[in-house]
Formats: sequence, structure tokens, C-alpha cells
Amino acid sequence: MIIAALLASVALLLGISLVALAVAGRRQAGVVVYGATAVACAVAVAAAAVGLAGNQAIEFHLPIGLPWTGAHFRLDALSAFFLIVVNLGGMSASIFGCGYGRHEIAPQRVLPFFPAFLAGMNLVVLANDAFSFLLAWEFMSLMSWALVMSHDREPDTARAGYIYIVMASFSMLALLLAFGILAGPDGNYAFDVMRAHGAAQGSAAIVFSLVLLGAGSKAGLVPLHVWLPLAHPAAPSHVSALMSGVMTKVAVYAFIRIAFDLMGPLDWRYSVIVIGLGGVTAVMGVLYALMQHDLKRLLAYHTVENIGIIFTGLGLALAFRANGLTAAAALAASAALFHVFNHSVFKSLLFFGSGAVLASTGTRDMEKLGGLIRVMPRTATGFLIGAAAISALPPLNGFASEWLTFQAIFLSPALPQWGLRFLAPAVGAMLALAAALAAACFVKAFGVTFLGRPRTPAAETAVETDSMSLAAMFALAGLCVVAGIVPGFFTNALGTVSHMLTASEMPHQALVALGTPLLPSLGNPNSYSGLMVAGLLLLAGTVTYLAVRTFANVATRHSLAWGCGYPDTSRNSQYSAESFAQPIRRVFGTLAFDAREEVFMPPPGDVGAAKIHVTLRDPAWDLLYAPPASAVAFIADRLNVLQFLTIRRYLSLVFLALVLLLTVLALWV
Amino acid sequence: MSALVFDVSHLLAGSLVLMSFVLLYQDRLPSLINTFALQSLLLSLAIGWQAQAQGAPHLLVTAALAIVLKAILIPMVLRRLVRSLGIHRTIETVVGIGPAMLAGMALVALAMALMLRVTAAANIFAREDLAFALSVVLLGLLVMVTRRNAVSQVIGFMSLENGLVLAATGAKGMPMVVETSVAFSILIALIVIGIFLFRIRERFDTVDVAALDEFRGDRQ
Repeated sequence: MIIAALLASVALLLGISLVALAVAGRRQAGVVVYGATAVACAVAVAAAAVGLAGNQAIEFHLPIGLPWTGAHFRLDALSAFFLIVVNLGGMSASIFGCGYGRHEIAPQRVLPFFPAFLAGMNLVVLANDAFSFLLAWEFMSLMSWALVMSHDREPDTARAGYIYIVMASFSMLALLLAFGILAGPDGNYAFDVMRAHGAAQGSAAIVFSLVLLGAGSKAGLVPLHVWLPLAHPAAPSHVSALMSGVMTKVAVYAFIRIAFDLMGPLDWRYSVIVIGLGGVTAVMGVLYALMQHDLKRLLAYHTVENIGIIFTGLGLALAFRANGLTAAAALAASAALFHVFNHSVFKSLLFFGSGAVLASTGTRDMEKLGGLIRVMPRTATGFLIGAAAISALPPLNGFASEWLTFQAIFLSPALPQWGLRFLAPAVGAMLALAAALAAACFVKAFGVTFLGRPRTPAAETAVETDSMSLAAMFALAGLCVVAGIVPGFFTNALGTVSHMLTASEMPHQALVALGTPLLPSLGNPNSYSGLMVAGLLLLAGTVTYLAVRTFANVATRHSLAWGCGYPDTSRNSQYSAESFAQPIRRVFGTLAFDAREEVFMPPPGDVGAAKIHVTLRDPAWDLLYAPPASAVAFIADRLNVLQFLTIRRYLSLVFLALVLLLTVLALWV
Repeated sequence: MSALVFDVSHLLAGSLVLMSFVLLYQDRLPSLINTFALQSLLLSLAIGWQAQAQGAPHLLVTAALAIVLKAILIPMVLRRLVRSLGIHRTIETVVGIGPAMLAGMALVALAMALMLRVTAAANIFAREDLAFALSVVLLGLLVMVTRRNAVSQVIGFMSLENGLVLAATGAKGMPMVVETSVAFSILIALIVIGIFLFRIRERFDTVDVAALDEFRGDRQ
């Protein structure tokens, strides 16, 4: 019944996209399409919530797809949770799209694909056999690719689309092979069968690395992240929010489904890779973000960072589970899942904010913005809440889930393996570094974009965005606050999912009073009460405000923001994003990005301007992507000759190939 | 199974291979077509013998199809084609006849060595038939590769297809529909190729495929 409702909403989404094909050119088409999409997503959220509360695995079979096999669907706690994440993101993006979509130059290139993209993500999560899963996965990739390419005339979009489709095909290939091995010699692609026999002893390592490659490249694990910062900003902002906030979570779902559920019990050694990759991804993601002055690209890099945090939690869960420490495993898994939810909320919120800025000013370059808090105060408020949440500041939701991840790390001394005992605290330190750098990065993003004085006329004449966009932003901001103040409600809801993955769950949080502190695990002296922290912050804020009002110097003194005491009238001499990032670049940049600064000072007597030129190189790109790309280009160049052969030579080639193969066979058999 | 049954089927399949060698040796189009007709006739006899040996009467239909289409209709059409195109002249073989024959022998050796070993577990009829069939296929390809004239390439292709049919009938239990559809697709291929030949000649005044190469910008 519930799963039928979910499939019906998927069918509705597909129907909407067909209708959108027909009506996309009309004037009010956007509102109708986005409105209908929001309704379909709301139905799906409700159904998935019922499914999560019901905690029963419901299966459903449709006689479409492969003959004699059909399509299998299944709703269990894990898929219900991810369906909530997907459709909540879809709903808020649709509401935002109602307003934001009006700025779209070519709505017919966005409207038909948007609901189809959501339908694809829903189907991935619902699929219960490898064929449906891969089909939905590819559909999701293609639809999002079409959305990335919707502004195809803009510079860099073509390159972003190209790299995205190459990486998407790569991830598809890796997952295809993984499922092929999991299906075993009988070739049964139903998840139930795979779950029953798990991964064979010899092939588990191959399957695990393939899944890590396939799901990791979609989620944005370093060094497979290169397409994220290109493709996410190229799409329209509400689609960026979906791709960054939701589609990466679908990839996390794929990893959890295969590594935790289908493969059966795994050796602890696999967790080392996941924890290590998670830590590296978190730090590298945030360092990349700090070097960026493009607002949306910065957010995309932060997605990489948060994926790192999520994978660290998942890796810890694998490590604890392999050693039978189920309570700790449940804590780590719940932390990761809670962060999945939180990240989808605040990342969507931040992308909406940057979309509002982009629509209003026409630029994503922070160095051309500034002072927007005066003209767009509501957008600024929403963005600030999102920025505080992603920087893991209490009492918001980002803090709650990252705190839980750290609590899981603190339990790592209980692990019997020395390698893990050393690794987990080291990765914990990396996460702490990433969290601090993230806070710095959002001080930069918010400060340069919204504070100070406008750097260009476009920023000066910006206007506040429309009410639908604001409604979507404030709804998500409210969710950030609620999930931060009463995290217990969310961790309780995650209990069934955690039970499914780790055969245990976090201690049930008594919610008799909202202020009851969050207990990570039994016998743990640490606890966190969001309400108390919020109350204290409110109290401290009020006291400070009153103290300033009462005791501060009443004589008003006008001076320039970011003026550093210099009454300079030039707007360009304000503190810029580049200057904010410079100290951090000096510390980490040489190591991580081979950063070089070239300073050109004009010789005495020359009136030309002094110049500073900074070059950054992406190590992942240089080491991992450039060599194969140039090798392929070289081989392709050589093989070009084959395009201009005579018919007889083509025939001879076929003939020779056949004879060669037959000879090999004759010698080999 | 009597030794005679096996020997006759061996003889017929072997003579198909022999005809392939004869095809390889011909340097005039009319005789090439005649040899092809003879090969097709032998094929239909081989199929007919298989029908009797396997006790599968539907193979007789295949044999009849082979006689009507390949031994009579296609050679007739090709002969008319050659006459109307006016190309009774000598074929320019790209590789000399001597090397072509040597290559053909090597191919037959390869086919035997491979097939007899791969199909060790199979029925003895099928084994022999498959080995000969592969030889015919490879020799047909060799004909296509060593000739420049489009008509002789067509004949190479048709003779290759003879090999396929031989393989198909040798294997027991091959459904009738496969053979029929192969036979008709060959007929359609003939029509298409015939039309193409006329079009090629209209445009280039020759059916030497080298003319096409020049058109493709190939300079060799």
C-alpha cells in the first residue's frame, strides 16, 4: 500500500515531466510544473515517513522491464529514510523553483527534466534488483546531465557536461561490474538472492573497491570528486541544490545498500580504506573550497567535505560492526545518516541562497558582490543560518551530527586492532581541522558576499528575492534549527535504519521534555542538549545586547566597514575573498595545491601597477586524470589512420582479426 | 550409423571446400559464377544427405531453397548482371593465385586443427561438418579479400554464406526458421548489392572497388 503510493508518486513525477514537455513554452508553466512536483514529493515524503515508522520490509513487483524478471521494488527502513531525504529536497527545490524558475531563460530545457530527475532518484532508492537499480541510476545521471547542460551557451558548461558524463559512465560501469560479481555464476540479479549469499570470500575485495569507485565517484570522494565543482554550479540553482544535497546522498545510499546490506559481514580491513578516504576527502574538500571565489563552486566543494564526514562515520560503523561492537557501530551509523539528512537540508538552503544572489545580481563571483545584507536582508538571514549549520555551530543541526561522529571516534579505543586505534583519532583530528576550516570558509563566503560595501553596481542595485524562494529557504532554515535543538527526535527515527545496518541502535532518547540531552551511547558521560545551548546562547546574546546598549559609548561614530581604520573611499580596497584566503593558502596551499605566488613589482620610475599572480594546481587532476586523458588522446590520434582505409583493407582487417582469434583459440584450447 | 552414410556426407562437405579452392583459382567472372553455382548445388546435396542421415525432413526444404535460390536464381541474376555491365574481362587478383592458394591451405589447416579439437565431445557428423564449414567461411572471406571486382566480392560473400548454412544443417535440431530467414536475407542482400553495383557503375564507369577508394579521398 505504502510502496504503491510511492510508486504512484514516481509515476506522477514522470507524468509531470511528459506534460512539461508539452507546455514548457507557456507563461505560467513553471509554477504549474513545480507546484505539481512539490505535491508529488510531499506525498512521497509522507508515505516514506509512514514506511520508516512502520519498519517493515514491503516488496512489490511490477511486470515491466526485463521479460520474465520484471522490476522489483522494496521499501525498508533504509530506503524509507533516503526517500525522505530525496523527496524533502525535491519538495523544497520545487517550491524554490516556483519563484526562481521565473528567471530561467529557457525553461523548456529545465522543466521536463526536473521531475524526471527526481523520479530517477526515487527509483534508485526503491529498486530491489540490480537491473532496475542500474537502469534508474543511469536515468538519474542522464536527467541530471541534461539539467547541467541547460545553460549550454555559458562558458565552461560544455566542459562540465563532458567531464560529468564521463564520470557518470565510469560510476555506472563500476557498479555494473560490482553487481555482476555479486550476482555470482548463477547470474541472479535480485537483491534478495545477493543478500542471502553475500559476497564470496575471494571476490569481496573486488566488489568493495568497485562499489567504492562507483558510489564514491557519484558522491564525490577525493580523488573522484573532479566533476562536482564543475557540474553542480553549471546547473540552475535549485537543480544544483538537488545534485549537491540529494544526488550525492543517493550515491551514499548505493554504498550503504551494497556494502552494509548486500555484501553481508565484512572484514575490518575494508573500514580502514573508508575511514582514511573520508578523512582525506573532508580536509581536501574544504581546502579546495577555501581557494574558490565562485559562490556555487565553493558550495560544491563543501559537499565534497561533508561527504568525507559521512564516509568517515560509515567507515567507523563498518569497523565497529566487524568487531562486534554493535552499540558503537549504531552510534557511528546514526551519526553518518543524521549527517546525510542535515547536509541535504543546509546544502539545499545554501544553494537556494546563492541562487537568489545569482538571480538578483547576475554573478556568482564573490569578488563582485558585497553589502547584500542591506538589499537582501531575508536571503542573508537564511544564508547565515545555513552557513552556521554547515560550519557545525551549535545549536544547529550540523553540530549535532558532527558531534555524534566525534563521539563515535572517541569510542575507537575499544577496537582491538592497533591500526584502527591509531587511524580513528588521526582522522578525528582531520575532521576537526576540516570543521574549523569550514567555519573560516563560511566567514569568508558570508562576509564577502553579504557584508561590507557593494563592489559592483550590480551588487548595489540588487533586490530581495521573491516570496516563494524565501519560503523554501526559511522552511529549510527552520528545519536546521529544529534538528539542532531536538536531535533526539531524529536519532530515534533513525533507530530502525541503524538496527537494520548494525543490528543495534542508539539509546532511545526520552523526549518527555524538549531539553532532555542527547545521549550518544550507554555509559558515555558526554551528552548534548540543544535546547540548553540555544537557551544559553540566547541569554548570552541578550545580556551582551543589553550591556552594549547600556554601557557602550552613546556617541555614534560613523566609519567604514572593513575599513581597518583607513578612511579609504575605494570599494575595491575592501577585504576581499582572495585576501581572506591568503593566510590559509600560504599554510596549506604549497603542500596541497603546489601553490605559487609571483609578485611583479614595477622597477623605480615605471608607473605600471604592481601585480600578484597566484597559480594553483589540482593534484588529483594532474596525477590521476591528465595522464590517462593524454594517453587516450595519443592513441586516438594514432588510430585516426584507420578512418581512411580502403574497403578491401577493412575487409582484410576483419579477416586478419578473425584468423588471429581462431589461431589463439587453436593454440590455447 | 553405417560407414557409408558418414563417408558420403564427408565427401559432399569436402567437395564444398574443394569448390572454394576452385573459386579462389578462377580469374574470369563467368567461370567464377559457374563454380559458385556448382558449390551451391553440392551444398544442397549435402543438406539433402543430412536430411536423410539425421531423419529430419525439414532439411529437404532447406536443400530445395538452396537449389532454387543459390544454384539457379542467384547465378542467373549474376550472369545477367555481368553481361549487362560488360565485364567479361580478366579479374585483377590483388594477391597472386599461388600465394592465395597457399593461404587457403593454411586456413583449412587452421579450421581443421581448431574445430576438431574444440568439438571433441560433439557428434561425429557435426564435427566434420563444422570443420568443413569453417574452412568454407574462411575461404569465402579470402576470396573477398583477394579480389578487387565488386561482383567477385559478392560471390565471395555468397560462398561464405554457403559455409554458414552447411554449419547450421550439420548441427542437429537447428530450427527451420533460422535457415529460411538466412536464405531470404541472402536474397535481399543480392538485390541490394545488385542495385548498388549499377549505381556504382553509373557514377564511376567501373565496378572496381578501387574507384570507391579514390572517392573516399584515399591515396595509396
